[in-house]
Amino acid sequence: MSLPLVVLLPFLGAIAAPLFAQGGRTAIAIASSVPALIALAALFPHWSVLSAGGTVLHAYEWLPALGISFSFRLDGLALLFALLILVIGLLVIVYSHYYLSAKENVAKFYSLLLCFKGSMLGIVLSGNLLLMLIFWELTSLTSFLLISFWTHKQDARRGARMALAITGGGGLALMAGILLIGNIVGSFELDDVLAAGDQIKAHALYPVALTLILLGAFTKSAQFPFHFWLPHAMQAPTPISAYLHSATMVKAGIFLMARLYPALAGTEQWFYMVSFTGMATLLLGAYIAMFKHDLKGLLAYSTVSHLGLITLLLGMGTQLAAVAAIFHVINHATFKASLFMAAGIIDHETGTRDMRRINGLWRYMPHTATLAMVAASSMAGVPLLNGFLSKEMFFAESLQLNLPGLWAWIPPIVATLAGIFAVAYSARFVHDVFFNGKPVDLPKFPPHEPPRYMKFPVEILVFACIMVGVFPTISVGPLLYSAASATLGGEVPDYQLAILHGFNLPLLMSFLAFFGGLLMYTQRQRFFDFHAQLREVDGKAVFEFGVSKIEDMAHRFTGWLENGSLQRYAMLLVISVIAVAVMPLAENGLYIGENGLSAVDWPTGIAAGVLIISALATARWHRERFYALVLLSVVGLIVALAFARFSAPDLAMTQLSVEVVTIVLLMLALYYMPSWTPVESSKGRRSRDLLIALAVGVGMTLITLAMLTQPFSSISEFFLENSKPGGGGTNVVNVILVDFRGFDTLGEITVLAIAALGIYAMLKDTALTPPPGDGLGHAWTRDNYPLMLRQVARPMLPLALMVSAYIFLRGHNLPGGGFIAGLITSVALILQYIASGMVWTQDRIPLRYHNVIGLGLLFATIAGAGSLAYGYPFLTTAFGYITWPFVGKFEVASALVFDLGVYLAVIGATLLALVSIGRLSPHSAIKSKGEGV
Amino acid sequence: MELLFALVIGALTASGVYLLLRARTFPVIMGLTLLSYGVNLFLFASGRLATGQQPVIGTTTSYSDPLPQALVLTAIVIGFAMTAFLVVLSLRNLADNENDHVDGPREEILPESKQEQEASSK
Repeated sequence: MSLPLVVLLPFLGAIAAPLFAQGGRTAIAIASSVPALIALAALFPHWSVLSAGGTVLHAYEWLPALGISFSFRLDGLALLFALLILVIGLLVIVYSHYYLSAKENVAKFYSLLLCFKGSMLGIVLSGNLLLMLIFWELTSLTSFLLISFWTHKQDARRGARMALAITGGGGLALMAGILLIGNIVGSFELDDVLAAGDQIKAHALYPVALTLILLGAFTKSAQFPFHFWLPHAMQAPTPISAYLHSATMVKAGIFLMARLYPALAGTEQWFYMVSFTGMATLLLGAYIAMFKHDLKGLLAYSTVSHLGLITLLLGMGTQLAAVAAIFHVINHATFKASLFMAAGIIDHETGTRDMRRINGLWRYMPHTATLAMVAASSMAGVPLLNGFLSKEMFFAESLQLNLPGLWAWIPPIVATLAGIFAVAYSARFVHDVFFNGKPVDLPKFPPHEPPRYMKFPVEILVFACIMVGVFPTISVGPLLYSAASATLGGEVPDYQLAILHGFNLPLLMSFLAFFGGLLMYTQRQRFFDFHAQLREVDGKAVFEFGVSKIEDMAHRFTGWLENGSLQRYAMLLVISVIAVAVMPLAENGLYIGENGLSAVDWPTGIAAGVLIISALATARWHRERFYALVLLSVVGLIVALAFARFSAPDLAMTQLSVEVVTIVLLMLALYYMPSWTPVESSKGRRSRDLLIALAVGVGMTLITLAMLTQPFSSISEFFLENSKPGGGGTNVVNVILVDFRGFDTLGEITVLAIAALGIYAMLKDTALTPPPGDGLGHAWTRDNYPLMLRQVARPMLPLALMVSAYIFLRGHNLPGGGFIAGLITSVALILQYIASGMVWTQDRIPLRYHNVIGLGLLFATIAGAGSLAYGYPFLTTAFGYITWPFVGKFEVASALVFDLGVYLAVIGATLLALVSIGRLSPHSAIKSKGEGV
Repeated sequence: MELLFALVIGALTASGVYLLLRARTFPVIMGLTLLSYGVNLFLFASGRLATGQQPVIGTTTSYSDPLPQALVLTAIVIGFAMTAFLVVLSLRNLADNENDHVDGPREEILPESKQEQEASSK
């Protein structure tokens, strides 16, 4: 349990920390430290297992079908990184407490910091690659938020966006790589993957997977050519830089390479890709660092260079080089974090980070100066400090590479050159800042020592640098051994952590680097002049250019595609449908199936002819909207007849009543709309549309013909067999609606209700004046409510209600049911509105149709939920028979209540929609009564 | 019979699609209505054409497929709800923008078409 807890604690802390913001900065800093302290305490008991070379695994099932599990795995490597994350995290919290001013949003700061810490711990402790990927992405997101912490600064936002784009893009590549690995191995569990190294390396997809995973690692660890995001991420508050950009975030890529070392390393591809990328990064970072006037810029490029160094070591592929890489991870984290903190103190006290203005600070802050000088010496690789030890190992390893001929000279030369640059920029950090004359108009003058405990974290880290440098075996020996053993899969080579290995070639290289670097620093003006001649490739400019290009393209594409014309969208949609349909049909062909054609009887043939003619005529004469509507209603009526003809009485009744309601609706709409469509589109467009329409029509004809003549089997046997015994009804269609597929129906009446409410909402405060005539020179009739219609309509209401009640009740056994009965009732009610007007009807039928809809949904849901009370699944029907006087034996089913819900919802929705439209006109007096509906 | 039924569906979809591609709201709504007739008939036909075999237990010896019927029944009702929604959307558009075009922004064409409308109404 303790491992998931370690990862979870910071996230819990991130939620809890803001609660302490009220208590002041000290309270929240203390609260934020608690998760790390508990996590450290939780990790401590595992040391005995790890020091013996074992691993700790805490796994919980999550999505076994996808190979994702909550498995957390602790070994030496994970422990080393977890300790770096936790300990430096604690120091950063202490440091931030003094760094942040009271005006800053400390709650947000600590909360994000803890989120980041949890994500980082997640990466190093994950025992499942997919789980690790999730945390990997989380670090990209949280670091984005941390870099852009000062959201008012444009540079901070830009820098954060760049970091997110680069590391996020790498994350995508990593995901693809991990999926490939998982596919090759058959498992995403780290233990399985690490054990399957030979299988992975022998696989044909190994180069692809390796490249993708390395892309992820290189972008995260700012390797050339992706290094440029890191210097721009320096817009973050300095504690964040100290944490993310020295010890944790950028080390995630290194960690990944070390983690998968047994699975991926040891091949030529690995060697060339990793070591040459590392070499390029090492040299480039070290070179540029020298020319940065910004303190943090210098440190950022130096970080790039050191990350390149570690990458190069991992790329060499020898066991000793891997040990040196792990060792340098520790050393770099300690000296670089302390240097960032020192830079932050200087920035804090002088108000600037420009080294051309900051000079001679030794006089003002000797304590800080001493600490920074020790850390910088470690960065330069001065003996008796930890940086020296790992650099010495690096030099030794660079001589051990088995490269052919003159190539063998390249690594040691690059290493020495980078060493010279490193000494030079370290010397600049020390000399230019603390000596070199007097400060030049500092924003804050005179600078003085920071608060006592702001230096405390720096002191701890510098102390660690010295301890490791002088007593390497005692201080980090066991931890390094355990981490190296985990990285190398158990085989650790013989190595010695000694301060001096005798007078040998690596020592000579160190000397060369040291004095060469000092010489270079004294001659720096020449190098500055030389560098000024070079045209520096600005990664940021290239990136921003690319982003704005992509944005422009997207804008133009969207503007071109989305011109606001439904006509065009519909055309594209229809054409796409044709394309999608044609592709498979072209392959399989369309033909008349083996069932053949059956004979046509005369009445059906005539009706079909009328339907076809009416449909085509509707399209042909659509400009005369009213006539087109009449033709449309002919089509609808014949469709209803077709349902009746082909054994679907329920459908026929539904279609008939819907038809009436639809035509009334369209007539109402036509009252407000122009009744004539002018000719607007060109002849060409019309012919084109005609062609498209013909293609669809012919296609549908052929598809229907092919479908109808194929033999088929249906799943309906089940419904036919179980309708009576299982659902208690003989009308199978109705039983399907209210019982077998009751949940669907519940959803459908909900859609109906939402549509009606949407209509009501859309028209609530809208007024629309109808045109004075129909647009064709005819005035509206003055006889608003014809006497005959009024007289006929009134007695119709009770009759229609009776019929609908009958249809409703018999629905379970004979054609009918809630939908149809609801529609019939609606038609009867609408007839009253048409015949006698809004005011008259509303006065006599004071129904609020919203409530009717609500009641309907309530009934349907209660009927469904009722079965839950008896321990049956939602919407299980119960039924029984009772004998009524006069009527006889009568079936009562809970489905009837459900159907009643359907009935009410249909009435409510239909009438709410139509009445809303009816009230639209300012002439309609009901408007003044407002909420009468 | 099958050929006739297929022709009916073809005519409905063709007319529907043609009207769908018009530039004003009302023809588009009529087009959608025609299209939904065609689609409903097509769905219904997937249960094959049967005469006198309504799926009511005990009324005949063999039954037509009830499942497409149940699906089409709800489709008809939902189709009505969607038509109503569209009609109201177009009415609202008419109220807000004083035109019933759906072929893109028409700042320049609007006065012209108004004139045309007036001319046609005379």
